[in-house]
Amino acid sequence: MALTGLLTFNILNSIALLVLLSLGLGVIYGMMKVINLAHGEFVMLGAYATVLCADAGVNLWLAMLVVAPLFCGLVGLVVERGLIRFLYGRMIDTMLASWGLSLGLIGLVTTLFGNTVRGVSNPLGGFTIGPYQTSLYGVFVILLAMAVCGLLWAGLRYLRFGLILRATMQNPDMAAALGVAPPRIYMATFALGAALAGLAGGVLAPVSGVSPGMGAAFIAKAFITVLGGGPAIITGTGLASGLFGTISELASFQTTPVFGQVALLLAAIIMIRLLPQGITGRFLRRSV
Amino acid sequence: MMLQVQGLRAGYGRIPILAGASFSVAQGEFVGILGHNGMGKTTLLKALMGYLPATAGSVTLEGRDITRLSPTARARLGLGYVPQGRQIFGALTVRENLRMGCLLSKRPEAETIEAVLALFPRLHRLLDRAGGALSGGEQQLLALARCLCGDPRLVLLDEPTEGIQPSINEEIVETLLALRRSRDITILLVEQKLDFIAALAQRILIIQKGAITRETTPEAVQDPALIAEFVGMAA
Repeated sequence: MALTGLLTFNILNSIALLVLLSLGLGVIYGMMKVINLAHGEFVMLGAYATVLCADAGVNLWLAMLVVAPLFCGLVGLVVERGLIRFLYGRMIDTMLASWGLSLGLIGLVTTLFGNTVRGVSNPLGGFTIGPYQTSLYGVFVILLAMAVCGLLWAGLRYLRFGLILRATMQNPDMAAALGVAPPRIYMATFALGAALAGLAGGVLAPVSGVSPGMGAAFIAKAFITVLGGGPAIITGTGLASGLFGTISELASFQTTPVFGQVALLLAAIIMIRLLPQGITGRFLRRSV
Repeated sequence: MMLQVQGLRAGYGRIPILAGASFSVAQGEFVGILGHNGMGKTTLLKALMGYLPATAGSVTLEGRDITRLSPTARARLGLGYVPQGRQIFGALTVRENLRMGCLLSKRPEAETIEAVLALFPRLHRLLDRAGGALSGGEQQLLALARCLCGDPRLVLLDEPTEGIQPSINEEIVETLLALRRSRDITILLVEQKLDFIAALAQRILIIQKGAITRETTPEAVQDPALIAEFVGMAA
């Protein structure tokens, strides 16, 4: 019984991390059809912002929940204005440019902080499930993922900005004829996606080694989740995270974490073969 | 003068479509544009809305040169656009489509939507339905209602009867005639259906090979000889 509880908790934790890692990419890809290959590096920048702030004496919660997303949002704003906006509608060019950007960011961070693994200590203690000890931080990650999804969903569904954003992503020309300035909406969307990536980086900092190349470990998983989720960003990302997170965690539990990753990849290949438009491309089409 | 177009040239890439179109529309006027397929009717409206850059000529809206302005800037100056094919936001509900139309309205959103729904009672019961789930006629009504939510000074209306059932066409005519009586609104209408354009327009411009070649009256479009010569289609 306790083992089942622990396994359930680990699955939920795995799903929550996948949701946090993928949402930023989902916002940028789902809304703008821009494949941002620098997403992992935005996560890395968020993690570094958190570590550096914590080292400088800033409260860790403030660093990971406020500073990291704000910093990455600002970086995203600069990147969109300086690079991405010239490449809208040119998917391959955008992929190349963002890949180049990711290499540049890795090089810059390596030059500034060295190619060493840094980190911050876990701010929360542990708790027990029967005889098993596990981290309370996992509970925080699960609650945060739920809160972020809820806020994003409510924002897109009920706020005026959310309505404008959904309309612009469906038909930018028509939105322009109604007085919307699509370039500003694209800019805000890209910054929002980057900020979400920064938040994921901040949240990962206490549980993952922070190094210049850490983004590469997350980008594939995030992409698989976003593609598997389909066009509805939040519902799709949530469902795909649930599916892949469960499969990966169960496989890890039965065998090893390496096989867990393999199982995730196999599940993604099968799902994309069966549902090429993703889960919400086939089901729940009207969801956000 | 509400709209003044002088020697307007535009096209798609290197393919020129408009070849120096010149005409004007007075405030409160309903003007129709007739022409063969491929003569540049839709291109003209797209160029007026700013989707296609003008390669020569000028467009003036209420005395202000808007030739180089973006569609967003033109919309903010009071230019409304109901495109061919409706272009409603299919994944948004009817209410959300109307809310999008209200972005430029200076009145409260609920008040604006209520006022527009009074003109389109058919949309009342569809408010929570997805735009993409509506019939073609209902989508056309929605596209027109959405445009009117922004209180435009001049509406560019591109083939509103295309693929629409006759009962909705009549509803659109009645609504537009009611608008002509009740609101200070100007309409430039591109249309293929002669009875529709004759019922609404006070003046009709004939477009041939990207230029306005003749002006006529709604009564004259009943003349088969004229229609055969300049438009090449029957009522």
